[in-house]
This record gives sequence, structure tokens and C-alpha cells, in this order.
Amino acid sequence: MPGLLEKRRDNREEGEIPTAGMADIAFLLLIFFLLVTTINVDTGIGMTLPPKLEDQDPPPVKERNLFNIRVNAQGELLVEGEMATIGQLRQRVKAHVTNFGEEPDLSVSPDDAVISIKTDAQTPYDTYIQVLDEVWMAYREIWNQIARTGQTPQGDQVLNQTYDSYEAYRSTLEPQEENQIREAFKAQISIAEPDTGD
Amino acid sequence: MASQRFERRTSDTEPGFTTASLPDIVFMLLIFFMVTTVLREQDIKVRTQLPEAEALTKIEQKRLISKIHIGPLKKGENQGETAIQIDDALIENRRAIRQIMYNKLQNEPRLIASLKVDVGSEMEVVNGVQQELREAGALRINYSSNRQNPPN
Repeated sequence: MPGLLEKRRDNREEGEIPTAGMADIAFLLLIFFLLVTTINVDTGIGMTLPPKLEDQDPPPVKERNLFNIRVNAQGELLVEGEMATIGQLRQRVKAHVTNFGEEPDLSVSPDDAVISIKTDAQTPYDTYIQVLDEVWMAYREIWNQIARTGQTPQGDQVLNQTYDSYEAYRSTLEPQEENQIREAFKAQISIAEPDTGD
Repeated sequence: MASQRFERRTSDTEPGFTTASLPDIVFMLLIFFMVTTVLREQDIKVRTQLPEAEALTKIEQKRLISKIHIGPLKKGENQGETAIQIDDALIENRRAIRQIMYNKLQNEPRLIASLKVDVGSEMEVVNGVQQELREAGALRINYSSNRQNPPN
């Protein structure tokens, strides 16, 4: 018996792991991770909440500078005291902030203009986002114009060169760099505190 | 006999690529994707179907993001009540948010609270969470939404 075993061992080739299949295994794993990976960027509507006020009233805003948007529980809009649709919002916000004191009911200047959005407790979130989006888009359209012409609607020179759009300008900015367009034409959107009563 | 003449002309080296380093290249790619892949950071217990919007901004610095999920609880087919989830835990008491967010803000002062809110939610919850965020001092928020397909 021992002789037989030894004979077999002699015949055996040198023990070696075949590495030819290694590439296949690696490829399989690679394909798995390729499929699973999603390099997704978080997108959304950015806002800055007002800081907590310590027993002090918010700064007063002149009635004409304030652009009131109220959304009720049914998702209906009350804009400056009148019923309105979401579709009209963008033009009306633009008219309000770029008024420069012409119309007596609209804002004195873009820096003074405040867009106030107020919702009810039962307002659908979807409607709120649509309203907020339209207001932001109104500012975006103005910023786009500034990026294309290099000037604010007042005629102040802001940029040394022109860009295709506001987003094209933004993508050239370093993280710490100041956004000249937004600095020249500030967006002031206020999310009103909800009523505690109802 | 023509074939023999041909054979003689060929060089001694074997034709073909050397595939010996192929596994190395593949492994390198593999390691890259393994490192970048995030399988699932957390078990999300609430349904969040995000709204669609146009005026979007991208958050490039992922480290700054802290996600707050608001939506109906996932309970099989039918949906449960609206709940709030931060990281792995469901928030029982809404007043606990301020402490959680305050602690997070101490670690990362430039924190952005990404609100992932279900489209069907009511503003009452969102407003409540926002008031808590104000209490905590976490003022940078982002209403997470997807890109709207342009109507054309």
C-alpha cells in the first residue's frame, strides 16, 4: 500500500493554483460593483432658515415691499390678497422685485423686496415646493439675465465677462468664492412662521 | 510545402498579448468601485417620494449633509402614519430633534439638513421640524427634490 501511494506522488505534477480564472472572478466582481454603484449628487432647493429670535419682533417690512403668498389646505393660492394660480406666480414675482419704485403697490427696490410664503397646517408639501420653486425660478431668470449681460436690471456692472446662464457662472466659482450675481441681486424669501392658533 | 516555408519565416516569439497583468488592472478597477460604492447607508423606514422642481442646487460636499426623512411609515402594502427618521432611528418625540441636530452641528458647523419629505406630507410636520432646526441653530436646509422633466 505505501508503495502505491508513493508511486502516485511521483507521477504528480508540481502543485500550482491555476490563476487563469482569476481574471474572470475579478471581472464578475467588477461588473457587480459597476451595477451597484450610483454616483448620485444630492439635489434640492436650498434655503436658509431665519435664526431663532429671542423675544424680539422680526424687523418690520413695508407693506408695499412685501409680496404675500398664502397657500391653504386645498393647495389654493392667495397672492397679495387675490386668488391666483401657480403658473402666474413667476411673472408676478419678477414684476414685484424688478419694480424699482414704479408701481406704488410693488417693491421700492430689489434689496427691499421680500417674498413671504405662508402655508396652512394641512397644505400639501408638493404644492409648497411648487410655489417655492416658482419663486426661486423668478430669481433664477433674473440671474440668468445678469449672467448673460453682465449687468443688473438697474444697469450696474457686476461681471467682467458674460456667461450663457447663471448656472454656467456658478460652476466657475470656487467653493469659497463669493457669488457676485447673488450678492448684487439678493433673493429674500421668507418662510413665515406658522400660526399657532389654527 | 508552402506552409512550411511560411512557418519558417515567423519569429520565435509567441504572438498575442501578455494577459498576465490583466487581473491587476481589473483588480485595481474593482478596488476603486468597492471603495466608492455605498451600498445602503441606512435602513429607511419611511416612504419618501420626492417632489420635482426646477430651481435646483447641487450639494457637492456630501460630508455636510444630514438627512431627515419625513413620510408615511412603510408597512407592507398599506401606509402608516407620517413619521420622522434621522439616521437609523425613528423620532418619537419631535422635541428630540433639536438635541440631535445640535449635537451634529457641533461636529460639523457647516451642516446642511437635507429634508427628504414625501410629496403627500402635510406642512404641519415640515414646519414643526423647521422650528426644531431653528432651535438647534441648523439653519441651512435643503428641500431634496428631483429634476423636473421640462414640459415639451
